[in-house]
Amino acid sequence: MFGYSIADISNILVMQGFAGLSLFSVLLLMALGLAIIFGQMGVINMAHGEFMAIGAYTTVLFSNFAVKLDIVQSYFVFAIIAAFIVAFIVGYVVEYALIRHLYKRPLDTLLATWGLSLIMQQIFRSSFGAKEVSATLPEWLLGSFKPTEDIDIPINGVFVMVLAAVVTAGVFIFMYRSRWGLRMRATVQNRVMAGAVGINTKMVDRVTFALGCGIAGVAGAAFTTIASTGPTTGSLYIVDSFMVVVFGGAASLIGTIASAFGIAQAQSILQFFMTSSMGKVATLLTIVVILMMKPEGLFSTKVRK
Amino acid sequence: MNSLTNKLLGGKEGIYALGLLAAIIFIAFPLTLDLFRLGLVGKYITYAFVAIGLVLLWGNGGILSLGQGMFFGLGGYAMAMFLKLEASDPISTKIQTTPGIPDFMDWNQLTALPWFWEPFHSFTFTLIAIVAVPAIVAYIIGVAMFKRRVGGVYFSIITQAITLILSILIIGQQGYTGGVNGMTDLKTLLGWDIRTDSAKYILYYVNGILLFGCIFVSRYIMTSKFGMLLLAMRDKEDRVRFSGYDVSSFKIFIYCVAAVISAIGGAMFTLQVGFMSPSFVGIVPSIEMVIFAAVGGRMSLIGAVYGTLLVNFGKTMFSESYPDLWLFLMGGLFIAVVMFFPNGLAGEYNKIKKKIPFLRKIAGIDSVEKAGDASATEKAATEVVEVKVDETATDGKSGLESKGATT
Repeated sequence: MFGYSIADISNILVMQGFAGLSLFSVLLLMALGLAIIFGQMGVINMAHGEFMAIGAYTTVLFSNFAVKLDIVQSYFVFAIIAAFIVAFIVGYVVEYALIRHLYKRPLDTLLATWGLSLIMQQIFRSSFGAKEVSATLPEWLLGSFKPTEDIDIPINGVFVMVLAAVVTAGVFIFMYRSRWGLRMRATVQNRVMAGAVGINTKMVDRVTFALGCGIAGVAGAAFTTIASTGPTTGSLYIVDSFMVVVFGGAASLIGTIASAFGIAQAQSILQFFMTSSMGKVATLLTIVVILMMKPEGLFSTKVRK
Repeated sequence: MNSLTNKLLGGKEGIYALGLLAAIIFIAFPLTLDLFRLGLVGKYITYAFVAIGLVLLWGNGGILSLGQGMFFGLGGYAMAMFLKLEASDPISTKIQTTPGIPDFMDWNQLTALPWFWEPFHSFTFTLIAIVAVPAIVAYIIGVAMFKRRVGGVYFSIITQAITLILSILIIGQQGYTGGVNGMTDLKTLLGWDIRTDSAKYILYYVNGILLFGCIFVSRYIMTSKFGMLLLAMRDKEDRVRFSGYDVSSFKIFIYCVAAVISAIGGAMFTLQVGFMSPSFVGIVPSIEMVIFAAVGGRMSLIGAVYGTLLVNFGKTMFSESYPDLWLFLMGGLFIAVVMFFPNGLAGEYNKIKKKIPFLRKIAGIDSVEKAGDASATEKAATEVVEVKVDETATDGKSGLESKGATT
C-alpha cells in the first residue's frame, strides 16, 4: 500500500492516530460547549469559536505575566481556570444582552451570533494584533516520549487529552449529579412545568449558555498548548464543531464524544494519505452524506417532530 | 391592464417602486458614476441576484441556506471556465510546456485538459451548465434533506458544511480550478473583448436587465398559488402537509429556483469583473449575502436589491477609509437587523408610508380607507405579517420547538 511496509503503516497509524487524539480533544471540548448550548437550548452560537479564542488569549496573557513573575512552571492550571471564568462571564453577558431576546427565532440567532463573532474577531485584532500569538509553555508540557524506536508521542497532546477527559467527566457530573444539572434537564424536558415547580428557567438558560461558553474557553486554553492563536483561530473550528454536534445527535453527550472521536481520527489519518485539504473534504463529505441518510445523527434522543 | 401584468408589477405602488429602481440602476448610476465605480455597482448587482434568491427561499419559504455562495460560485466558475478556455488558445499560450491549456494547469504540471473541462469549449453548453449544474446540485441536496424533513437550523448548518467542502476543493485542486487565485486573465466572450469600456457598459446593462428579469420571475412565483403555499409552509408547515400538499417538493423547487438565480448572478459576476475566485464561494460571502437580504427586508424583492447596494457601498466606503471599523459595523449590522429591524428597509418603509401623504397616495392607503371597513382588514393583514416573522422557523421543523415554545 503506497510503498509502505506493514511496520511503517502501523507506526503511521499510531502517530497519526495520536495526532488525531489531540484534534479530538480540542474538538471535543469545543463541541461539548456547543452541544450543551445547542442540544439543551436549541440556540445556534456561531460565535462559539470566538469564545474559544477568548480562552486562548486569556492563557496567553497569563503566560506573559508568568514570564515576568518567573512562575512559568505552575501558572498553567490557573490559566485554565481563568480562561473558563472569563469566557463564562462574557457568555453570561452575551446571553443577557442578546440571546435571550431571540429564543423564539433560532435562524435569527444564527445571524446575530455571526455578527457577534465578527465584532469579537475585530476586538482581538485591535487589542492583540493581527499576528498569531502563543503562550510560553511550562517545560513539563514540552518534549515527547518514545514508547518504541519509531513512535514519537508529544506530551502536550497527552496533556490536552487528560484535560478533555477531566472536563468531560466534570460536565457529566454537573449534568447528571448536581442540582443545577437537574434544573437544566428539567427545563429542557418541559419548560412550563419546570417553571411551575419553582425553577427560574431564565436563570437556567443564562447559566447553561455561560457554561457552554466557559467550556469553549477551556478548549482555548488547551488549544494554546498545540498551536498559536490568531484573531480568526476560532472561526476555523466552528464548522467542524457544528458537524461534531449534529453528527453525534444534538442532545446526546455520548454521541458528541463518539462523533468528535470519529471525525478527528478520520481527518488526521486521511490527511496523511491524501493532501491535507482532500482529507478534510473526504471527512466532511462522508459526514454530510451520512447526515443526509440519517439526519438525526448517530445517537439521537427521541424528539417529537 | 390584465391581471398577469398587474400581478408582476405589483399594482400602482409596485410600478412606482420598480420604476424608481430602474431609474436608479439604468439612468442615475451610469450618468453620475465613473466607469470604475459603475463596475463596482455592477458587481454589487450580481450579489443582488443571490439576495433575491434568498428572499424567495428564506423570507417566503422560511428556509435559511447558508450556502448560496456555492451556487453563485458554480455559475461564476462555469462562465469562467468557458472564458478561460477561450483565452488559452494555442497561439497566445505558446510559451507554455503544453500550449492550449489554461495557464494554471500548465503551472501545475498538467499536460492535458481534464475531461470535465472539455464541454466548456461550447458556449451553448456553458449557458446550459450555468443553469443546470446549480439546479441539479440543489435538487440533490433538497431531495436528501427535505424528503427527510430536515429543516430549520440543521439545514443551515449542513448547507454551510457543503459550501465549505466546495471552497476547500476549489482551493485544494489548484491544477483543475486555479486554486486560491481563481481564474484570472479572462479576455473575450466569443471573440468580443469584455475589457473595453463599451463592453463594460453593455455588460452593466445586460446585468441590470437580467436582474429585473429575475425580479419578475420571483414575483410571478410569489404571487401565484405556489407563493401562498410557500408562506403557509413557512408559518405552519404541518397544517399544509395535513391539507394534502407535498411540502418537500415545494421546498425542493424553491431551493432550486433560488440556486439558479444565484448562479446567474455568479455568471454575470465573472463577465463583469473579469475573474472568479474562491473568495466568493466560501462560508463568509454566503452568510454576508444573507445579511444583504436581511437589511433590505427579507420579504421584499426590491428591498433586497437596495439592501445589497447599501451594504456594499458601506463596505467599500468604510474598508477604504477605516478598515478596522468595518468589521465592527458589519457585526453590529447583523445584530441590529435581527434585533430591531427584522423586516429590514422594506419593513421601515411600510411603517413610514402611512405617515407621508405622497406615499399614502401611491400605496393607495387613502382609497382603501375611504372604502370604509377595508382599512381594518389591511391593518390586520400587516399585523399578521409582522407576527409571522417572529414565529418564523420555530414551528415544527427541527424538533426544537418544544424548547422554545413557552413564555
